[in-house]
Amino acid sequence: MDLQLPIFYFFATILVAAASLVVTLRNPVKAALALVLAFFSAACLWVLLEAEFLGIVLLLVYVGAVMVLFLFVVMMLDINIAQLRSGFGEYLPIGGIVAALMLLEMVLVLGASGFDLQGMPNPAPQPADYSNTRALGMLVYTDYVYPFELAAVVLLVSIVAAIALTLRKRKDTRYQNPAEQMAVRRDDRVRLVKMPSEAKRESGR
Amino acid sequence: MFDWACTLPLAGWACDLYAEQRLLRIGLGIIVLVVFCILMVLIMVYAERRLVGFMQLRKGPNRVGPFGLLQAIADTIKLLIKEVIVPTNASPILFLLAPILVLAPALAAWAVVPFGDQLVLADVDASLLYILALASMGVYGVIIAGWASNSKYAFLGAMRSAAQIVAYEIAMGFALVGVLMAAGSLNLREIVLAQSGGIHQWYIWPLLPLFFVYFIAGVAETNRAPFDVAEGESEIVAGFHVEYSGISFALFFFAEYVNMVMIAALSTLMFLGGWQSPFGGEVTPAIGVILFFGKMSFFLFCFMWFRATFPRYRYDQIMRLGWKVFIPVTLVWIGLMGGVMFFTPYGYVFH
Repeated sequence: MDLQLPIFYFFATILVAAASLVVTLRNPVKAALALVLAFFSAACLWVLLEAEFLGIVLLLVYVGAVMVLFLFVVMMLDINIAQLRSGFGEYLPIGGIVAALMLLEMVLVLGASGFDLQGMPNPAPQPADYSNTRALGMLVYTDYVYPFELAAVVLLVSIVAAIALTLRKRKDTRYQNPAEQMAVRRDDRVRLVKMPSEAKRESGR
Repeated sequence: MFDWACTLPLAGWACDLYAEQRLLRIGLGIIVLVVFCILMVLIMVYAERRLVGFMQLRKGPNRVGPFGLLQAIADTIKLLIKEVIVPTNASPILFLLAPILVLAPALAAWAVVPFGDQLVLADVDASLLYILALASMGVYGVIIAGWASNSKYAFLGAMRSAAQIVAYEIAMGFALVGVLMAAGSLNLREIVLAQSGGIHQWYIWPLLPLFFVYFIAGVAETNRAPFDVAEGESEIVAGFHVEYSGISFALFFFAEYVNMVMIAALSTLMFLGGWQSPFGGEVTPAIGVILFFGKMSFFLFCFMWFRATFPRYRYDQIMRLGWKVFIPVTLVWIGLMGGVMFFTPYGYVFH
């Protein structure tokens, strides 16, 4: 369809622009927001590739959860940009080497015959009622059920590890026990004192 | 889709001229949905103030127009002609972008909501996921508003709101997992169709705990009383939108009410059988829409009822309720459902 091409270029341009803003913007909060925009454009591109389930999950997981926590942290930090920039030159050589290596690897993989346009022709478009989610579920829960469960176990272990690493008992933390609070009766807190009424005194004490 | 829009007096000629033009019909559908949202918000603002007034033995607005009916319009005009103030040292672009970022996902989510069997703008396969994803986008506007305002109160409100939305989204997502296990589909239209056959087929019965978790989490997600710590007038003035005035404040207000209507619509679709009649059997689209609105109104009434009667939750109580009560309840019920469906012959109870 001819409408797809302009839509693709629209999202692709935004994606590339947002991704370059992530590394060039000086304010870390704005950089994080640019990353959100990059994720969003990438999700739109995935939907354009008929991978609507993956696109929406990218939004849900990365934009909706991960980046919110990221922003949360970045906003709380008081980052001194001048201090950060002072050591910038020191890391340039090693950073350059890593970048060059990554570029070389990408060129080797993407330039190889397996990944060029002849090796990867466009898949046939699916009919409108084709359920991407159902197809993915069928694969994940039958053919790839063991890798899938392994990934789940790895995630669970990492959750437990993260909590174990950061959980520490602090002496000055005050805890509330809601069950105890609910169980409180009047007699625990208030003492009623019975005393006889007294006549009002005359002037002077 | 949206054929009934052609019966509207002004839109009829446009439909006749361009009946074949798909883009135009989508555009028309979008206009109808936005007008619907504006009307709902106007009605709700008036209804809420009157209802809360009656519940608290006050009169509520009764001066503008008969019974105060024009109060919402008067408020809108007042907000429109007020000045938009950008605070000193605020980040001007982000400050003005924030209300739009709150409103846009709230409106975009309506694209996949079915008002009847055919009355849906985009019958997307994964419409439930789409709504969940857009609902999680709304938090950005709140965070950005709090940060860009350059104000302590706004920032505190934004932090509270972000923590609250992240916490309740998980419980909400798990409650939806139960619904899609029962229906076997992510498509809202199919979820409603799976509940056809009368009131006993509605998912509110087999999924009762999930229904309560979903609706209460929905109240928390929209930052409504009793979960409105993000605004907490008595503690942090007005929370994240303390620096906003005029139309930029009105957009936040508008988005909050659109989100309320959305939660009510989703509760209706997923637990009360959407447009279906409680007595079973087919209904005409017109009656279906009326039924849908009737069920939705009940939930909207509940929103106002809560606001009029409950005191605000303490912040730590909100976090406890979200993480330690709702998430375990949903997980247990999902596990129970899965076990019954897979290991016993009583799985039909759930679908």
